[in-house]
Amino acid sequence: MRIAFQLNGHSATPEIVPGETLMEVLRRTGTTSVKDGCSRGDCGSCAVLLDGRAVTACMLFAAQVDGHEVTTAEGLADGEGLHPLQRALLDAGGVQCGFCTPGVLMAALDLLARDPDPSDAAVRLAIEGNLCRCTGYVKIVDGVRDAAAVLRESDQPEPQDAQPEPQDAQPEPQDAQPEPQDAAEASAPRPGAPR
Amino acid sequence: MTGTHADKFEVVGHNERRVDGTALVTGAPVFVDDAPAPPRLLHLALLTSPHAHARIRSIDTTQAEALEGVALVLTHANTPSRRYTTAGQGHPEPSPHDARMFDTKVRFVGDRVAAVAADSVARAREAAQLIEVDYEVLDPVLSIDAALADGAPVVHDQGCDDAWDAARNLAAYSEAVAGDVDAALAEADVTVDLTVETHYAQHVPIETHAARAELDPHGRLVITSSTQVPFHARRIVAYVLDVPVHRIRVVKPRLGGGFGVKQEVLIEDLVALTTLRTGRPSSLVYTRAEEFASARTRHPMRLRVRLGAGHDGVLTAIDLDVLSNTGAYGTHSLTVLSNVGSKTLPLYNTAPNVRFVGRAVYTNLPVGGAYRGYGATQGQYALEVAIDQLAERLHLDALELRNRNHIRSGGTSPIFRELGEGREGVEQVITSCELARCIEVGAERIGWAHKRGARRRDGSWVHGVGMSIHMQGSGIPMIDMGAASIKLNDDGSVNLLVGATDLGTGSDTVLGQIAAEVLGIPLSKVLVTSSDTDLTPFDVGAYASSTTYVSGTAVQRAANDVATQIRAVAAAILRVDPGDLTLGSERVSTDDGRSVSLAEVALRSLYGVDQHQIAATASAVLDTSPPPFLASFAEVAVDLDTGRIRVVDWVAAADCGTAIHPRLAEGQVEGALANGIGYALVEDLAIDDAGRTRATTLGRYKIVGALDLPRLQVVLVDSYEPTGPMGAKSIAEIAINAPLPSIANAVYDATGVLLTESPFTAERVWRALQATAVR
Repeated sequence: MRIAFQLNGHSATPEIVPGETLMEVLRRTGTTSVKDGCSRGDCGSCAVLLDGRAVTACMLFAAQVDGHEVTTAEGLADGEGLHPLQRALLDAGGVQCGFCTPGVLMAALDLLARDPDPSDAAVRLAIEGNLCRCTGYVKIVDGVRDAAAVLRESDQPEPQDAQPEPQDAQPEPQDAQPEPQDAAEASAPRPGAPR
Repeated sequence: MTGTHADKFEVVGHNERRVDGTALVTGAPVFVDDAPAPPRLLHLALLTSPHAHARIRSIDTTQAEALEGVALVLTHANTPSRRYTTAGQGHPEPSPHDARMFDTKVRFVGDRVAAVAADSVARAREAAQLIEVDYEVLDPVLSIDAALADGAPVVHDQGCDDAWDAARNLAAYSEAVAGDVDAALAEADVTVDLTVETHYAQHVPIETHAARAELDPHGRLVITSSTQVPFHARRIVAYVLDVPVHRIRVVKPRLGGGFGVKQEVLIEDLVALTTLRTGRPSSLVYTRAEEFASARTRHPMRLRVRLGAGHDGVLTAIDLDVLSNTGAYGTHSLTVLSNVGSKTLPLYNTAPNVRFVGRAVYTNLPVGGAYRGYGATQGQYALEVAIDQLAERLHLDALELRNRNHIRSGGTSPIFRELGEGREGVEQVITSCELARCIEVGAERIGWAHKRGARRRDGSWVHGVGMSIHMQGSGIPMIDMGAASIKLNDDGSVNLLVGATDLGTGSDTVLGQIAAEVLGIPLSKVLVTSSDTDLTPFDVGAYASSTTYVSGTAVQRAANDVATQIRAVAAAILRVDPGDLTLGSERVSTDDGRSVSLAEVALRSLYGVDQHQIAATASAVLDTSPPPFLASFAEVAVDLDTGRIRVVDWVAAADCGTAIHPRLAEGQVEGALANGIGYALVEDLAIDDAGRTRATTLGRYKIVGALDLPRLQVVLVDSYEPTGPMGAKSIAEIAINAPLPSIANAVYDATGVLLTESPFTAERVWRALQATAVR
């Protein structure tokens, strides 16, 4: 059967076999940022954005995205220029082997769309379904928060007369104090997000 | 800010953008299984043993072979029977040659029985299930004690000449003695006698093992593999299949994590043989369940440590007796075992009397292998918990006891000479050691002075702090070799070719920085190609924390040679003595301000006068292995109601010499801590009484997520290793040794409960709390 969906802003109409997962179809058709770390929704390496929300592509039948919008890491960079999140994650040292990175990017984008200034705990909650064996997560959290700062700055409306920004987007001094671990209250878990 | 050793560098010591970064964050197809499927690709599926110990009476593959789309079925009946080791070590491998591609006997649940190649993964799996195997089930050996019992079943009863004593299930034996330990212990004012036991854990790279094989247009076999050891993989596959080395090329693209488990030649032989037999490309990617069942593990061990000391708090004796469970095969059995001693005992070189005895036993359990830490993890758990116990008996602060005994710059240990990689070691004097500074910095950051012994209560939770100190090595002295080639291009850029294997650490970037520093060019002008047995010079691969130190030295030497050649050409242009020229900012300059660009030098050498390629190859094999050092401090909270341990805060202060790329170096420490914390608290293969692991998914085998950890704090103290490239030594492994002892010592501080068996699960801690009636 054939399905039709938007993939990174372009129309995709792959022929699929009933029962194939979205991860299988995307990887088979060359969207290789979607990684297979477990095939059962445990690791988050295959996370994509489905209509803006992060989901694990291995837990969706491909047929379920018919008529929907799917975004992957391939869709972030603008020509040669990296997306601010990609750049920030790299510069913060949040990329080691890079295998979990595309999935982390998706979970982080989902978060940043809802929370432009996430706390350490909020980032941790957002990426808790993305297993990383290399980093210890510190630098991933830093990268996402650095990206948030960059994106907030670029989203600032042109300084009209209204209210002068008291401080122009500080470059996030990483306060040495560990954030409170009790992240559960930061925001509610999202259905369909990577576990 | 005060100056540091790294201040004098332009590229080294700076957090440069990784050379492979853009490809990784854009999801480019850079991992083995990302490459487009070539036409007629065959997919392999494995049939593995459901029994811990059995003989194969017969295998019937007719139904599987008859299935449409099946191209080949491999069993012991139609594959080479050479004995080899899957351990990707140097030649000759110090691990026993006790494995075959397929054997007539299976020795653990997950051992290979057959492989099927078919035109789809689903078809191959379906066919594998159609293979009928008649097993004669044998009594299994399911523990260290069972392996050593009189009349125990023999795991390797079919000839295995280079194991220590296969008939007694002994894969390896190692010992080293200095002084008279028994006499010293008898005379010591204070002693400690402690036995600890560690468990089965796995590496869990998020990318499982993956390999592809195909024939190039000239009929040569090209294997693309997620390997840490491309050159060893080429040599071992050639040996197993009896194919000349020159017919094989091994390429390692980006690697999705390794941690030691990809220092094994686990699947390359299967795709290689399939492609040689069929002429078709072939692919094998372990499922996560296959990775758990059939890949390698950290050797479980039982360690008894005895310490003797005087009332003055100076150690007089250390005795370490180790039993290691290597599982069904002896991969890395001898070398991991000897590293338990060699990477542990020199930490306290005040003790003149030191003894190490280790035995590694075969069982019908999952196979041990190389795992980040490589024996030091188990050894330092035993020793560092014992040291804390000794401190208590001496009424000394744990820091004070360590400060009175730990090794320092200028110091040595008899163990360096007595205990090497499964053979005698190499005498060494420590040339850089900032351990005292690491302890000082870490203690201050964690708040040691006011938290230790305070037992702060928070409802049912009680807090404690614990610490431990650590060492590792930087490559294997007089054994590990790395080589590098550099050539200059028209525009002043260089190609850097290294056999070294970036397994996700960023070593391509680090090695590029070293070349850039020497040549006075930005990292963007260094084009790094690594890990291709056809294109790059030899390197043993990524293990033993060797890449920055050993391979980095090779890069530095090659770059120095190229710099000399560049100066010679520039001297001819500028009509000065080459010795008066310096390289920097992509130019070659005289003291009085005249200069030529590297591009001008390159163009002259390639097209102008006295034409030649400016290029050099250099090798490095070093006669020393300077240990990095680390002091680890953990604050934990223990729930007295449930036994759950929560990591509240962690500070690790490390001496890795010059950090070539500080952020990557910090990342190595953070990642190793996270892995070690998971290993200490929750990770467990959970083997049942039939020898099967219950950890078949990432749902059942818990690795830590972002919510399970506090913000790990890492401090890289200023240090300079005079024998290392730009002052560097290693950093990749050391921190994984910290969590077991730091947490055990912190829990003891909080509760008085001594955790001598890992992992420290809530249930185990709760039972210990009940037994000691801590409220």
